[in-house]
Amino acid sequence: MNTLLDNIKTVFPNAEVWTQRKGLYHMSIPKEQLVTLVTHLKEVEGYLHLVQLTAVDWIEKNQFQLTYILNNPNKRIDIMVKTFIPRDNPTMETIHHLWEQAATYQRELREMFGIDFPGSPRVDKPFILEGWDNIPPYRRDFDTKKYAEETYFPRPGRETHDPKEYMKKKLYPDEI
Amino acid sequence: MSKSDLEKRTVMSPDGEPIEINPLQDYFCDARPKVHEPVLPILVLGFGTGCGAIEMRPLMTPRFDAYRFGIQWRPTPRQSSVFIISGYLSVKTLKRVIRSYEQMQNPKFVIALGSCTINGGMYWDSYNTIKRLDHYLPVDVYIAGCMPRPEAILAGFEKLKELIRQGKGEGANLYAKNFDWYKANQKKIIKDWDIPDYNW
Amino acid sequence: MKFSKLFKINEDRSLYPPLNSEGKVDIDLRSHKYVKLWHGPQHPGITGNMSLELTLLGDEIMDCETHVGYLHRGFEKLMERRKWIQCFPIVCRITVPEPDFNEYCFAAGVEELAGIEIPETAQWLRTLTLEMARLQSYLMWIGGQAGSLGMGIIGQWSNYCRDLVLDRFEELTGGRIYHMYIIPGGVRGLLPDGFEARMEETLKTIEEFMVDIDRVMFNNAVFKKRTVGMGYIDPKWIYQFGITGPNARAAGIPDDVRKKYPYLKYPELDFEPVVGKDSDIYTRADVRRRDLLLSVDLIRQILAKMPKDGDFKASTPNVLHWQIPAGETFIRSECTRGEFAYYIVSDGSEYPRRINVRGPSYTHAVALLEKMIINTNLADVAGLMTSLHTYPPEIER
Repeated sequence: MNTLLDNIKTVFPNAEVWTQRKGLYHMSIPKEQLVTLVTHLKEVEGYLHLVQLTAVDWIEKNQFQLTYILNNPNKRIDIMVKTFIPRDNPTMETIHHLWEQAATYQRELREMFGIDFPGSPRVDKPFILEGWDNIPPYRRDFDTKKYAEETYFPRPGRETHDPKEYMKKKLYPDEI
Repeated sequence: MSKSDLEKRTVMSPDGEPIEINPLQDYFCDARPKVHEPVLPILVLGFGTGCGAIEMRPLMTPRFDAYRFGIQWRPTPRQSSVFIISGYLSVKTLKRVIRSYEQMQNPKFVIALGSCTINGGMYWDSYNTIKRLDHYLPVDVYIAGCMPRPEAILAGFEKLKELIRQGKGEGANLYAKNFDWYKANQKKIIKDWDIPDYNW
Repeated sequence: MKFSKLFKINEDRSLYPPLNSEGKVDIDLRSHKYVKLWHGPQHPGITGNMSLELTLLGDEIMDCETHVGYLHRGFEKLMERRKWIQCFPIVCRITVPEPDFNEYCFAAGVEELAGIEIPETAQWLRTLTLEMARLQSYLMWIGGQAGSLGMGIIGQWSNYCRDLVLDRFEELTGGRIYHMYIIPGGVRGLLPDGFEARMEETLKTIEEFMVDIDRVMFNNAVFKKRTVGMGYIDPKWIYQFGITGPNARAAGIPDDVRKKYPYLKYPELDFEPVVGKDSDIYTRADVRRRDLLLSVDLIRQILAKMPKDGDFKASTPNVLHWQIPAGETFIRSECTRGEFAYYIVSDGSEYPRRINVRGPSYTHAVALLEKMIINTNLADVAGLMTSLHTYPPEIER
């Protein structure tokens, strides 16, 4: 791992690396250098297997975090490469020329989060949802419960209890 | 075979007991119980729409044999009379289900499996599943559970047969009578409607 | 093998329309030579709903687009609205035929972030549950593979065997399909009395049926003619497309998460990953059959080496008020189809921030299938789809 750290730091001084557990590392890099870093990891260091490409919505910081999880099959190491992109008009460069499967992940991110990957094959065709006209559903500002109650016809008579409040009332009724 | 083989006679069974046999009598058909009147064979459309499809497979195997109750699976809607909605329905599947349901011929019935068809079940706050099936399709029998056991599904079929014998299997007629209401509900949630409207 | 010459892709292209620069055929739908067929959500290919939009030239497929999304429930969004412990009933319903791998990955991720160590007996019981789940999933798959080629009897036998395993699950956990047995901290209970004896009986029945299935299915001239040389996966595509599990092992790459990244009690069990050489449908079926018998052997080893008593659950704080410390983690496991992984992000509150499920069918069924299906016969599409062993619920979650 230390050799990897040194190699990465010499080529990409902006990258930060830290350990989660043995065999699993975090790496963080600015958005513009991400594709170069991923290509370097794939071609030079031998991280041939793209396990996952996903996004997290940090609405408080007004950012999306994109995580690319790469795996080295020979050395058995995983790296979670993270980058942050701004939340308004999010776009990112595509990596489908490195891995053909990345096109599927990018289609899903485009539909569910609204992150555009220009140049990825079929990225603007709907992948999972049909006839969807609202904001991309996985964003934090989409309230799924409100949408479900308004659009579908929920059966009346449903009572939902917050488990904490319910147990408090049941076990300590005098403290209310 | 000689003529004497076709006469009534007494033979020795493998247990050592003498029994009387008549080779020209159809024992199988005569042994049908005369207590229940015969019901239509229940021909189920083999479309597993959700989680429940996994509990329909054991029904086709000899352990929970559904065939002895007269239930068979057919591949197309034109040949089937019962549609089992097995679990949740997403909006995309609902469009296909409606199209298949309208292609089935009368008399047709809908059995709703699982708690997702009753009130949304575990996905009650999901943006892609429907919460009440009977606003979109007329349901005859609900089977509760998540997933119901194969024995529960067989009990549900028995209930359906009882309803049919009593003359209460009116789902298809309800659909035709309240057609506008059902269509309005369906069109409200299926936003890209591109299938033909039946108007009988 | 002489059969392979009949079915390899791109053998003799003089009768086919020419390929353009991307390796695809220029399709002009108005020329009346092509037929567009919708291989819709209900079909014998797989358990689940997924459709293929096929363009046919006569009997051969020229182009294919997959459509998924019939089973989308928005799990990852629902899990953000539920507390950590309330996610457990939902998590097993992501992959309907094999729910235990979901429970294990989620529980292991939560334990890693919260810093909980689970006791010995719980680790053995978790390994046992995972192997039983793998066994019953392979049994269902074998029925599906044979049924898609027209041999219905094997489905009847293998689903009967699967019912026996589900009976053991019902004794152990209380439910046939959805167990919710693996919880953060350990498992829910110990083995009931007499479980080992009944499990041994079940395993013996399964082995007897597997001998019959071997004779009827794998030594069958029709099965061999239809599957040998078909559906070839080039070993160069393995990392391009992210192929894992028996699909990759049938191409010669010994990629088994249980051996490479050992978890739970797999380091103490004695086994080798099952590898095949030619990666056609027949080899994949054979690899899975041997993996099934390996599962039977592993269950026997586990029952022999397991401690009979002990703590089955570590103590956790009050789960209704549980706040997992902030952080991110990634847990992988080997399910029947390949590498199954969870990526969990927590921000220190009572609700998860983001949970992402990586199902192996995500990469097998969408990009790879569209590449492999070119120039196959329409009648073989079902056999091809089942041999990749896809379960659509995990593609769109």
